[in-house]
Amino acid sequence: MGEVLIELDGVEKVFTVRRRAGLVRREKRQVRAVDGIGFTVDRGEMVGYIGPNGAGKSTTIKMLTGILTPSAGRLRVAGIDPARERMRLAHRMGVVFGQRTTLWWDLPLKDSYGLMRRMYRIPEARYRANLERCVERLDLGELLEVPVRQLSLGQRMRGDIAAALLHDPDVLYLDEPTIGLDVVSKAKVRAFLRQLNAELGTTVLLTTHDLQDIEQLCERVMVIDHGRLMYDGPLGGLHASGAAGQSERTLVVDLERELPPLEVAGARVVRVEGARQWLAFPAQASAAPLVAAVAAGYPLLDLSVREPDIEEVIARMYAGRG
Amino acid sequence: MAEAVLGRERGRERPPAVVWERERRRHRALEGLRGYGLIAAMWIRSSMTYRMSFLLATVGNAAVTLLDFAAIYIMFTHVDALGGFSLPEIALLYGSCSTSLGLANLLLGNTDRIGTRIRDGSLDGMLVRPVPVLAQVAADRFALRRLGRIAQGSGVLVWAVVVLDVDWTVGKVLLVPVMVLAGAAIFAAVMVAGAAFQFAAGDAAEVVNSFTYGGCTMLEYPPTVFTRELLRGVTFVVPLAFVNWLPALYVLGRPDPLGLPGWVAFLSPLVAFVVFVPASLAWRVGLRSYRSTGS
Ligand SMILES: Nc1ncnc2c1ncn2[C@@H]1O[C@H](COP(=O)(O)OP(=O)(O)OP(=O)(O)O)[C@@H](O)[C@H]1O
Ligand SMILES: [Mg+2]
Repeated sequence: MGEVLIELDGVEKVFTVRRRAGLVRREKRQVRAVDGIGFTVDRGEMVGYIGPNGAGKSTTIKMLTGILTPSAGRLRVAGIDPARERMRLAHRMGVVFGQRTTLWWDLPLKDSYGLMRRMYRIPEARYRANLERCVERLDLGELLEVPVRQLSLGQRMRGDIAAALLHDPDVLYLDEPTIGLDVVSKAKVRAFLRQLNAELGTTVLLTTHDLQDIEQLCERVMVIDHGRLMYDGPLGGLHASGAAGQSERTLVVDLERELPPLEVAGARVVRVEGARQWLAFPAQASAAPLVAAVAAGYPLLDLSVREPDIEEVIARMYAGRG
Repeated sequence: MAEAVLGRERGRERPPAVVWERERRRHRALEGLRGYGLIAAMWIRSSMTYRMSFLLATVGNAAVTLLDFAAIYIMFTHVDALGGFSLPEIALLYGSCSTSLGLANLLLGNTDRIGTRIRDGSLDGMLVRPVPVLAQVAADRFALRRLGRIAQGSGVLVWAVVVLDVDWTVGKVLLVPVMVLAGAAIFAAVMVAGAAFQFAAGDAAEVVNSFTYGGCTMLEYPPTVFTRELLRGVTFVVPLAFVNWLPALYVLGRPDPLGLPGWVAFLSPLVAFVVFVPASLAWRVGLRSYRSTGS
């Protein structure tokens, strides 16, 4: 086990929202956005933090960055209580909100970066090296003179990521960093993050709705829903976890001709398309006896086995908790 | 997989040299001033890119505020005195409060935008930086063109001091700059309190402006034309009377309509300090209650 960098214990965030109920009367309602979450993240880890809309992901990140004060529980990042020592923490962390820039809207990227250098007291050599690395790998060369307001979403996102890293933070939080990016930009951002983590050992916690981000970047995922942690472990383990429900693999068979749905023990036909049929069977069961049974009873041309799709697993997981 | 593990090992070897001076704890207020300076300087540089438009904006700013005083001047072509005050006496009131407000406005004028930032959640970006939020809010879009109002106000003030028929004692001479600076500090404290108030009450920029701009318009006229209730309110509740009325009455050798002793005129700096304490407390409470937005 490495050094613990992020530590949450029984953290809650309750929002009191007032709603108009009738003409004058107002109703108070409590939203438990985060409802008793606890986990730790070691230095150098890259963790995916996923969950359906409104699960409490952004709220967690805002507490970790000191933007929001938790309603209850204990929270430490690099030994610092974020809400109490926001400014000291700021030197240790970087954050990117996909939905909104933290840069100065009317200033060219270069000016924003220059201001950050002074704000964070980044030594000149360090600043140069970091900026150079970001410019090269995030392809920012052409954008440095452009006011943030004029950047496209994908360009702005890359600009924001660079800004969050100039001061060598120990931990980088990314709240939907690939939202609205095209395939090429996504690939660029992912490659950059992978390198960052590998070369500098920067700890990364990212939320996303794009599971490819998680598949390509994170060995560990945490799934939250309704403010509660539902799963914490390797991505592969999601299949097996009870939380994901009974997951199934699929056997795809190509027959010589169109046939009525096959009848084989231990599997059921879920789809028929001409001479091709899809048979679902439990993920833990072996495919071998099934293949043998099909080959023995039917004119088989070809076959393949499909692993359960991670998206599907998670979709089922979300639905199960609905 | 193997690569990632390797990377992590490599990462851990990162020398602690990168932990430059950021570990040092610094004084909040000093960090605030430093951050303020950095941000303001950046906005000045950025406004100077268009030198001509900057000049025009500054001159325009002075001209518009000058119209204010022109209105008073024209009024005096028809009457000899207003509430028993002559034109130079009114000019003393006008010049001092206009300069005070100008100073406060130059330094903290953007705090009234915070209502928008609270509502749309863009305050988030300031909370993740290593600079006190108040300094960032105050320095945001720092605009040197606001010097226009200060130039105009201090021009009127100097004219008043020159033409006034007053026995200048050391106390009175000292009181003039003290009045201007303490007045600016009182306005500034009101602005901070107003910003704090906006955490609780959505967009209250108008309420704050009615105390600052509205207050200044009131202070341009002699206290003798207002009711005693109002005078009590601006002396003891929101102590705007200390911005210029009380010190100016002393300079002019006139009695206070509420009958307060003459030494009260020298209390303005103390009053400014006393207002700052609840204002900054309110600011802290407000910032703690900030809830960002759901998206
Ligand atoms: N400032 C706020 N005021 C009131 N309620 C809020 C606020 N911020 C978040 N919430 C509520 O808290 C819950 C969690 O919101 P949060 O933004 O953390 O979700 P999320 O997991 O980031 O969702 P998404 O995937 O849509 O970004 C939601 O029910 C939301 O309505
Ligand atoms: Mg979110």
